Order: sequence, then structure tokens, then C-alpha cells
Amino acid sequence: MSSSPRSDAPRTLSKSGMDWGSSLGTAVSLAATVFILLILFVILGNVVINGLPQLSWRFVSTIPKKDFFDKDSAAVLPMIIGTSIRVLVMTVFVIPIGVTTAVYLTEYARSNSWYTRVIRAAISNLAGVPSIVFGLFGAGFFVHLIGGGIDDMFGATSPKWGKPALIWASLTLAVMTLPVVIVATEESLRAITPGLREASLALGATKLQTILRIVLPNALPGILTGGILAVSRAAGEVAPILFTGAAYFLADLPRSLNDQFMDLGYHTYILASQAPNIEKARPILYGTVFVLLLLTFSLNAIAIFARARIRRRMRSGH
Amino acid sequence: MTEETPEQRGVDRDWSGIRRSANGRPLEWIAEKMIQGVSFTAIAGVFLIFLFVGKEAFPVILSQTDSRLIQPIIPASQMATTPPEVLQRYLGLSVREFKALDQETLKDLMQAREDGSKDIPEYARSDPDSGVNGSGWSYLLTPHQWSGYDRPQYIWQPVGNIQKFNIIPLFVGSLKTTLIGLFFAVPLALAAALYVSQLAPVRVKEWVKPGIEMLAGIPSVVVGAFALLVLATWLQSLFHYEVRLNAFVAGIALGFAVIPLVFSIAEDALTSVPKSYVQAALAVGASRWQAARDIVLPAAIPGVFAAVVLGFGRAIGETMIVLIVCSAPVMSWNLFDSARSITTTIAAEMGELVPGSPHYRILFMLGTILFAVTFLTNLLGDFVINRLKRRLEGKR
Repeated sequence: MSSSPRSDAPRTLSKSGMDWGSSLGTAVSLAATVFILLILFVILGNVVINGLPQLSWRFVSTIPKKDFFDKDSAAVLPMIIGTSIRVLVMTVFVIPIGVTTAVYLTEYARSNSWYTRVIRAAISNLAGVPSIVFGLFGAGFFVHLIGGGIDDMFGATSPKWGKPALIWASLTLAVMTLPVVIVATEESLRAITPGLREASLALGATKLQTILRIVLPNALPGILTGGILAVSRAAGEVAPILFTGAAYFLADLPRSLNDQFMDLGYHTYILASQAPNIEKARPILYGTVFVLLLLTFSLNAIAIFARARIRRRMRSGH
Repeated sequence: MTEETPEQRGVDRDWSGIRRSANGRPLEWIAEKMIQGVSFTAIAGVFLIFLFVGKEAFPVILSQTDSRLIQPIIPASQMATTPPEVLQRYLGLSVREFKALDQETLKDLMQAREDGSKDIPEYARSDPDSGVNGSGWSYLLTPHQWSGYDRPQYIWQPVGNIQKFNIIPLFVGSLKTTLIGLFFAVPLALAAALYVSQLAPVRVKEWVKPGIEMLAGIPSVVVGAFALLVLATWLQSLFHYEVRLNAFVAGIALGFAVIPLVFSIAEDALTSVPKSYVQAALAVGASRWQAARDIVLPAAIPGVFAAVVLGFGRAIGETMIVLIVCSAPVMSWNLFDSARSITTTIAAEMGELVPGSPHYRILFMLGTILFAVTFLTNLLGDFVINRLKRRLEGKR
């Protein structure tokens, strides 16, 4: 606004005469918002409309044959199981470590010292590292160094641990989602009023007792939200597991932690990029994508709305 | 219970000056140390990643790798006269592996190596490029006139007899798709952020924000598959270009993935501008839009900059979308040509490689570069946002 006032009288809102510039600006920004939401709905709608008809009990409950590009033998049971297990194993590692780190950062470490600031910067940076870099790290560190090291130690003749496996994929994902859990937990820990801690201490509880019995139970919804977010992010990621554990095809379900596994996201990628005839593979692809979306998206939606509720309660509460 | 006042122990601000000492409570003390230990281990693990990915790339950076087709041969008969260090390096073994093998096996390995070099077909042997180490820096960065080409070219072709590792086409591919994505995503996301933070009614805001966040929750393989099946066809009928799958489609799909990030950071920055700024503008007769555009946006402009920078980091690191949509490593700035980005190269080629080979190390170097780029963009973005927030809150 560069218009200079012509008189000394204060400018008033003109009731008559439209302010075209403002209306246009508002309309354009509204249109952009609508367009973004439209992208969301078009992607979701397209997948649901084309994917839902492909869903059958057979599709989600049988193990496919080698030629999974064929409509009659295509199925996704091993992929659903593979994705679920890898995410589950990841959770076992990432939640305890992430929550402990967050407790240390908020409850024990001095909040303004240089090292907590460095640690926070490192964690928020870790969240922005491309997932393919985690894949490289997982392949080099977990598979070749740790896995190969275990094999050497026990003198295995054929690679037993020094090959892509469920455990390495899960660990890679755990490292990747660590910042998600730490940040979410820290946020919910900090949302708890100091009064609650003080009351507990005043009654004679120790710091550890206060954390375990007062702080953590109260922060539980936030921690769970972080966990769900981490799980839904990990479930949809493919890049980190490309060379740490996902397999093109397996006739069997994984039996132990050093088995490879089939994965929904990786299977989607295979169907999309390596089908001999993309038109024939289209319905299978849609079916697989639909199952994948159902899995990750329902989790994500829960987390987002839960978080929105927690934040609202925080703002209105205290 | 130990009777100590905060003054005696030093004030701990986070606990409102209350300090319960763990003295005389071994269990408490152990738990405290364990918590500290776990978190330090976790954080050390984070740093380990950076070190590890860099370490694997180190030989390339120091030009210690050798991808020549014809390598010098030490005949097995000369084994006794060759110093062990030379032998170990020649056979590509680690010191430990070398020590573990007996003389007989070593001799066999050397013989195998000698025989292997004889198996190289004559036409490849006579190729003038058979002695070129493609993993040297000059070949990585500058164009080279390979035999069979009429002029020096940038070529990434890591398979075949003569491996060509020029990384410039990959950088061009990454930048091309990323920039298309940003040009598409940033204006949309900014306009939406302005609307949601300044103009939208509260009820609308409560629904739109989670909605846009949900877009971030769509896995990138799904976005990639959507781009492959649907978006490519739509864009082709809209713009009438020849190749159906190209960098343009990949870029727009990348934009889908970047929009939520740019939106949420920009929205956050715009919302952190104090309400009094807007109220002052409205009081002197500005419309809501004028207040948003002329007062709030300029005040939050560093945040917008940070959003773009972080969006760049997100887009350049995205793998699966570009991998599904296009992947031919051609050197071209044309938007409607195919493109292979750094990330897709790693994803497509890492799987089958022998650890320690030049190709393996070059992919790790690409990973290191990618990591460095995203690390710097994140650092810059965080720094700008923190400064902006401190300024808007009136703290310096």
C-alpha cells in the first residue's frame, strides 16, 4: 500500500465501491488452497475408484505365484505381512530409544546449554536427510559391516546375516524415524504444566518417580501420536529398504529376522516399473496401491487429527 | 530424603528450581545414568551415519579407486618377490582378509586374476579407452571424448566394458526435476498458506490444515504410480509433447510431495507474525488481503525463504517418484526429455554392486553430496526460521 493520505482525516473503510484488488487476491489464494485439496482428493479418489474393485478376499489372503503380473495369480498377502512385520520390529527399537532420548532432553539436560542445542539441531537435520541416504547407510553399515561382522565372527561359510534381511531394514527405518519420535515426545513432554511436576515433588516423589508415574502417563497421547506418525511414514517408505531387505519375489513368508521379505511399497514400485505390459498390470497396481494407502493413510489420518486435538486442548486448557 | 535447597545444588530451570538429588538412592542414580547413556548412544548413532556414508566415499574423493578395464597384472610366478602390501592392494583384500589366507589360496587368486584378464575380448582390449580410469575426478566432472563418439560428452554409463562415471548428467537431472517441482509447488503453497493463516475463517482453517498435511502422508511410491498411470496422460494431452514420461511429469509429481512441506513451514511463519500488526493495518483502513500481503507477508519473508529452501532439500532427496516416472541418464536441460536424478541413480544401481568397487564408492559419494546439500539447506532453513521467530517475539 503506497497511497498517501490526501487529507488529514483518517481513512475509513469505503462501504460502497468494491476493492477489486483485495477481492482478487483473496480469490486467488482461496483458489490455490482449493487446488491443493483437489490434488489430494484426485489422487485418493483415483486410487479408490480404480483400486476398490480389484480388492477381493483372494487378493489379500493368498501368496502370489512367481508371475505376479498376471491378474489371476496376483495377490498381496506376503507384502502386507512383510510391511507389517518390518514396521513392528522398527517400533520395538525406535519407541524406547526415542522416548528415552526425549525424556533426557526435556527433563534432565539443561535446556539452553550448547550441547542440547547441537543435539536438537542434529535431530532436526536428521529428519531432513533423504531416505535414500538412509538406504545407503543401512546397506553399508548394517548389512555389510554388522551383518558381515557377525558372519565372520561365527565363521559362517555362506552369508547368514551379511545379506539384506528383515532386521537390517527395520533398523534402518528405526534410525530414519528416530527424529519423528523424539520431536513428538519432546513436544508432548513440554506441554505438561510444571505445576504437575512440582505437585509430585512436593509430595516427596523423586524425579524418576515423577517422570515415570506423572509425566510419562500424561504425555502418552502425544507419544502415541508420534509413534503412529513414525509407523505410517515408515510403512510407505521404499528407498531405505531397497537394498537392506526387500525382495523381488519369495515363495515363502519370512520366518526369522534374517530372512528377506516382500513389501507393499516395493511391490508397487516393481509393478509400476517392471511390468512387461503396463496396461495389463494396471488393475493389479491399483489394487496394491489401494491396500498400501489404506494401511498408511488410516494411520496417518488418526495421528494428524489426534495431534490437532491435543494442540487445541493445549491452547485452550492452560 | 536429602534436605538440600536449590541454592545449594544450583538452580535447575526446567524443574522450576526444584531439585531432587539422587544421592543416597542408587536405583535413581542408575536410572538417570541409563537414560543419559541411551540418549547419548542414540545421538552418537546419528553422527555415525554421517561418518559412515562419508567414509565409504573417501577413496573416490582421494582418487584411490581404479575402474580401468585392463589392470596391470602381476604374474603368479612373481608372488614371492612382490612385497605383501603391494600384493594385498593388488588383490583388493583388507589386511585382515589377507592375513587369513594361506600362500596356496593367494596363488590361486592371482592365477584367477591373470586368467580373468585373458578373458577380456579382443575388441574391448583394443579399445583406446580400456586404460582409462573413469572414476578419476577429471572423468567424473569434465566431458571426455570416448571412442565411438565424435565429440567430448558427459556420459553416465556404469555398465559394460568401459565404465563411464560422469556425474554431471545426474546433477542436471536432479536440478531439472527439483526446479520444475519448486516452480509448481511454491506459488501454490504460499498462496494457500497466506489464505489459511490470514484470511480463512477458523472453522475452515481447522479442516484445511490437516487436509494439506494428509497430502504429505501419501507415500511417494503412490504419488509416483499416480503420476505414471494418470498424470502423465493428462499432462501430455494438455501440453502435446512427444515422450510421455519425462522430467516435466516427474517434476510436477515432485511438486505434489513438496507442497505440504512448503505450506506448513510458510503457514507457521505467517501465523507467528503478531496479531497486533494485522490489527494496526485493519485499524487504518486496510482490507484483510492488503494487511496479509503488505504487512504480514513482508514481516514473515525470511520464513517464506526458509520454506523454499527446505522444499528444495526435500525435492532433491526424493527418490521413488522420479525413479518410477523417468530414469534415462541423458544430459539435457530440455524439460520434456527424460532425466535421471542423483537419488534414482543410487536406488537403481546400488542393489547388485560388490562392496568396495569403484561404482559402489561413487554411489556413496553421490550419497555424501546429497547428504551435504540437504544438511546445508536444513541448517540454513532452521537458522532463518529461528531468527525470524526470535525477532517477531521481540527477543534478539
